[in-house]
Amino acid sequence: MTLLVGIFFAVAIYLFLSQHIIRMVLGAAVLGNAVNLLIFTSGRLTLEIPPILTGYETTTGMLTANPLPQALILTAIVISFSFFAFLLVLSYRAYQELGTDDTDEMRFAEPENQDLPPLGY
Amino acid sequence: MTTIDLSAAMITQAPPLADWLVVAPLVLCMVLGAVLLMVRKDTQIQPVIAIPGLVALVLVDAALLAHVWMNGTVTMTMGRWLPPFGIAFTVDILGALLTLTGGIAALAGGIFGAGDVNDSGRRYGFYPFLFLMMVGVSGAFLTGDIFNLYVWFEVLLISSFGLLILGSERGQIDGATKYAFLNLVATTLFLIATGYLYGIFGTLNMADIALKAQTMDDKAPMVTLVSMYLLAFGMKAAAFPANFWLPASYHTPRVVVSALFGGLLTKVGVYALIRVLLMLFPAERDLLGWVIALIAAATMVLGAMGALAQTDVRRMLGYLVISGIGVMLAGIALASPAGVAATVFYAVHSMIVMTALYLASGMAARASGSFSIAEPGGIYQSHVVLAGITLALFFAVSGLPPFSGFWPKALMVKASLDVGAWWLAAAILLTGFLTTIAVGRVWLLAYWRPAPAPPEEASTGAKAAAVTPVHALSPLLDFLPLVMLTALVVLIGIFPQKLLELSQIASEQLLNPAEYIRSVFPTEGLQ
Repeated sequence: MTLLVGIFFAVAIYLFLSQHIIRMVLGAAVLGNAVNLLIFTSGRLTLEIPPILTGYETTTGMLTANPLPQALILTAIVISFSFFAFLLVLSYRAYQELGTDDTDEMRFAEPENQDLPPLGY
Repeated sequence: MTTIDLSAAMITQAPPLADWLVVAPLVLCMVLGAVLLMVRKDTQIQPVIAIPGLVALVLVDAALLAHVWMNGTVTMTMGRWLPPFGIAFTVDILGALLTLTGGIAALAGGIFGAGDVNDSGRRYGFYPFLFLMMVGVSGAFLTGDIFNLYVWFEVLLISSFGLLILGSERGQIDGATKYAFLNLVATTLFLIATGYLYGIFGTLNMADIALKAQTMDDKAPMVTLVSMYLLAFGMKAAAFPANFWLPASYHTPRVVVSALFGGLLTKVGVYALIRVLLMLFPAERDLLGWVIALIAAATMVLGAMGALAQTDVRRMLGYLVISGIGVMLAGIALASPAGVAATVFYAVHSMIVMTALYLASGMAARASGSFSIAEPGGIYQSHVVLAGITLALFFAVSGLPPFSGFWPKALMVKASLDVGAWWLAAAILLTGFLTTIAVGRVWLLAYWRPAPAPPEEASTGAKAAAVTPVHALSPLLDFLPLVMLTALVVLIGIFPQKLLELSQIASEQLLNPAEYIRSVFPTEGLQ
């Protein structure tokens, strides 16, 4: 599990270092899953035990799976999914409007070789 | 098999009525955001609902601050489970003070937006996004649970995306792409750190973490954890060297959106840094103190130098936001009571003054037709009041008395000298000097310099050509928020005692979190 998380992170970082927006979007998707697995692992893994107490009688000494990481991941999945959707639309619009998905060429907000401010009154 | 008495872990009585104030700002913003979303097609009704709603928000925030000031830290727990199982909202002076300031900035933005945002901007949801962003900002300031803090970060982030691309111009989409990716990385880093934190402590309640961190001997994972939080929140706060998303995007949206971002968003990052580094992990922060001090000095000086190199007023303001973040980080690096008090004071000052400056720059651009300082100005001739207000704000942002920027900077310099960090004090003073030059130049070129004569008269050197304003400025919608914020800046500058007192209480509460912990766990002994 730890190895898997490591591989996911490596893939995500590799994709993020790309010049192309679409690869960065894919990197964001992988990164979200890497974090989810990380939280899941840090909540301690147990095998085949449901996070449910049976019956009305609450008992001690019985092993249950940790339900909290599952709740956290559920929240994180929803959030990362909505982000992914937003980023997809945003990068598509950027491609439409700016005509490029290369980050080096996206200089519309900060043009290169801008004039210096006036040096005298 | 033994049966557990669950009532020991549950809340049995409803919380007292006054404690509902803790969640009132959130509930108010959520309800109004939802209502405004429903009427988003009706662009005339929106400001009529939104502006009274924001006034109510400011009143509720003020009531919350008064309540916390009178009765100490307040905790409200959701869903009947007692902390550390239930999610708790814990409000101390710092949280309440910043929420109130944020509310005031949002009110100014909301009023200004009524005149600035056109019908299509409203139909795309300026006001709903504004309220949802306030949900995120207020929630981040008020929550007492670190995963909950992450959720509020995301709420404010996704609303800020919506605000940022309002209008869908080329520059906006370009800026928003960079903003979105870098902030996504920052919040994911925050989530990674939170995952590790849960793995180490097995709890997410801040008071519980603060308690357990005191007895934690294993330093190695803790320092890793704190470094990750420092990087994540440093990115959110736009601290050097993770600040490049801010000048890439803050000048692209509508000026009222820039004003809200400049006033609110980076300060949430600073707040999270204060909360996590100073309150939760003070021992690990001491190990990283010199790193934070270097970051602080680099952020403030490079921010001011960046401001010097800009021709566009909005981009210059973006760099001034960064420079202010550096000053706030200096207090976190010092971690002395005086330093932290100065940070809190500066955060309040910066929220007000940056919002006001962006609004003023928008009005100046409407008066003169351009955001560039290279192009002819003459605003002083045509709009004396606006020029005067802007001059006051410029003095405030560079830290000259008698405005609000002077006191926290003076306190910070003294706090640095007290611990022998002369170079940090020098950096603060150098920053103030560079900022004065940068803003002084803007005022001289864009405001004081007379508008040039039309071309045919240029040869004769005629000076006094009347400027025809591109858009008239409305005294109510445009000047009211600006005058309100400037009045606050002047009031804080002349009567700083109350705010100083509040900042000092906030600083004591942070450095000695006993009251915070006792508020969450009433039965926990004094430690």
